[in-house]
Amino acid sequence: MISIRNVSKHFGAFQVLNGCSAEIARGEVVVVCGPSGSGKSTLIRCINALEPIQAGEIVVDGVSLTDPATDLTRLRARVGMVFQHFELFNHMSIMDNLCLAQVKVLKRPRAEAEANGMRLLERVGLADQAAKHPAQLSGGQRQRAAIARALCMDPVCMLFDEPTSSLDPEMVGEVLEVMVELAREGMTMMCVTHEMGFARKVANRVIFMDQGAILEDAPSRTFFEQPGTERAARFLSRLLDR
Amino acid sequence: MIGLDFSSALAAWPLLLEGAIVTARITLTAMLVGLVWGTVLAVARLSPVRPLAWLATLYINLFRSVPLVMVILWFFLIVPEVLHGLFGRAVGDIRLASAMVAFALFEAAYYAEILRAGILSVPHGQMEAGLALGFTRGATLRSIILPQAFRNMLPLLLTQAVILFQDTSLVYVIGLADFFGMSYKIGDRDGRLTEMLIMAGAVYLCIGLLFSRLVARLQKRFSK
Repeated sequence: MISIRNVSKHFGAFQVLNGCSAEIARGEVVVVCGPSGSGKSTLIRCINALEPIQAGEIVVDGVSLTDPATDLTRLRARVGMVFQHFELFNHMSIMDNLCLAQVKVLKRPRAEAEANGMRLLERVGLADQAAKHPAQLSGGQRQRAAIARALCMDPVCMLFDEPTSSLDPEMVGEVLEVMVELAREGMTMMCVTHEMGFARKVANRVIFMDQGAILEDAPSRTFFEQPGTERAARFLSRLLDR
Repeated sequence: MIGLDFSSALAAWPLLLEGAIVTARITLTAMLVGLVWGTVLAVARLSPVRPLAWLATLYINLFRSVPLVMVILWFFLIVPEVLHGLFGRAVGDIRLASAMVAFALFEAAYYAEILRAGILSVPHGQMEAGLALGFTRGATLRSIILPQAFRNMLPLLLTQAVILFQDTSLVYVIGLADFFGMSYKIGDRDGRLTEMLIMAGAVYLCIGLLFSRLVARLQKRFSK
C-alpha cells in the first residue's frame, strides 16, 4: 500500500530524513515513534506530499509521488490525514466540515454527503454534535470529528500525525478507541504517536526513528520485548519511567 | 449663540439628498471594488511568485504613502489627460467617475493590508488540512482561508469603511458636491454657513457613532 524507498529530505544544510525505507502492506497498522526532532512527523507528511522530498521514491497505492505526471491533489484526496491540532474549519459546523470536500472535491450530491457524514459521525459517537461549531466541542470530540472528516473521503489509508499529543489526558482514550476500532476494521494506518499502549495493542509493526533515520522496523512485540538497538531501548525505558 | 437659523437646511433638503447620494455612491463603490481588488492584492502580496508579490507590495506602499487628496486630484486632472491623449476623445463631466476610481484604488491598498493580516491570522495547518482533503491551493484559499480571514478582520474592515465614509468629503477639491460639499455650497449661498456646517457635522457624527456601535457589537460577538 505504501512504499518508502530510500527517502531523503533536507531543509538547507539540515538533513531531516536520511535514506528512509519501509513497506506498509494493505491492512497493516504501523506506529512510528522516536524522540522529538527525529523526523517522524516529516516522514508521514511526505506520504501525502505535504512535504517535498529530495531523493528516493514514495509510492502510495500504486501511485508514485515523485513522478512529475502524478496529480498530487487527486492523490491527497485518497489519503486520509489527521493532524495534531485537529485543523477543523472553525467557521463552519461539524457537518459542513465533513461535507465540504465530499461535495467540492468528490462532487457528491449534498444529500449523499450528509448521509455519509452522519453515518461516520455516528461511528465516532458524535451524531448529536453535527450542527455545532468546532469551538463548542471538547478537544477529544474535535479530534474524533477530524477523523470522521478524513474517513468521509473513503481513503485508501490513514495517516495520523500525533493525534493525541495536544489533548488533555482524560480525552486521549476516546480518540484512541476510535483508532483501535478503525484498525480492527482493516484500515491501513500509519501513526506517529507516543501512546505505547496503543502501539502494543494494535500495531503490527513499530518503526523507531532517530535523527532522520529509521533505526528499527520490527513487529511490535519484538520491539517492546527485545529492542534491537541500544538507542531504542533507552527511548523505551524513558517513556515507561514517566 | 444668537440668531442660529436652520430653515435653509430644511428648505434645501432635495439638494442635500442629492449630495448624500453622491456620498453613498462613492462610499459603496469604493467599498465593494476596494474589497475585491484589495483581496486580490493581499493574496498576490503573500504569493510565492516573487514578481507578483513584489508588484502588489509596490502598489500597496505607493497608495499608502501618498495623501488621499493627491490621489483624487491625480485621477481628476492627469488620468483624463492621458486617456484623452491616448484615445483622442473629449471627455464630459468625469468628477464623480474619477472620484469613484480614485477612492476604490486607494481603499484597496488599505483593505489589502487588513486582509493580509487576516490571512496570516489563520493557522498554517488550515491550508494543510485543505490540501490533505484534496483541495488545490487556490480552492483552499477560497473555501477555507479567506472566509476565516474576512471573519477575523470584520471589525477592522468596518472601521476602515467608516474612515472611508468620512474621507469622501475630500472630493470638494474637485468641485464635486457630495453631502458635505452640498451643505457648504448651500450655506455659502444663503449666508448660513455656520448652521449648515453644524448640521453636516451632526449627520456625520450620528452615522459614525452608529457604525462604531455596530463594530463594537461585532467585536464582542466574535471574541467569544
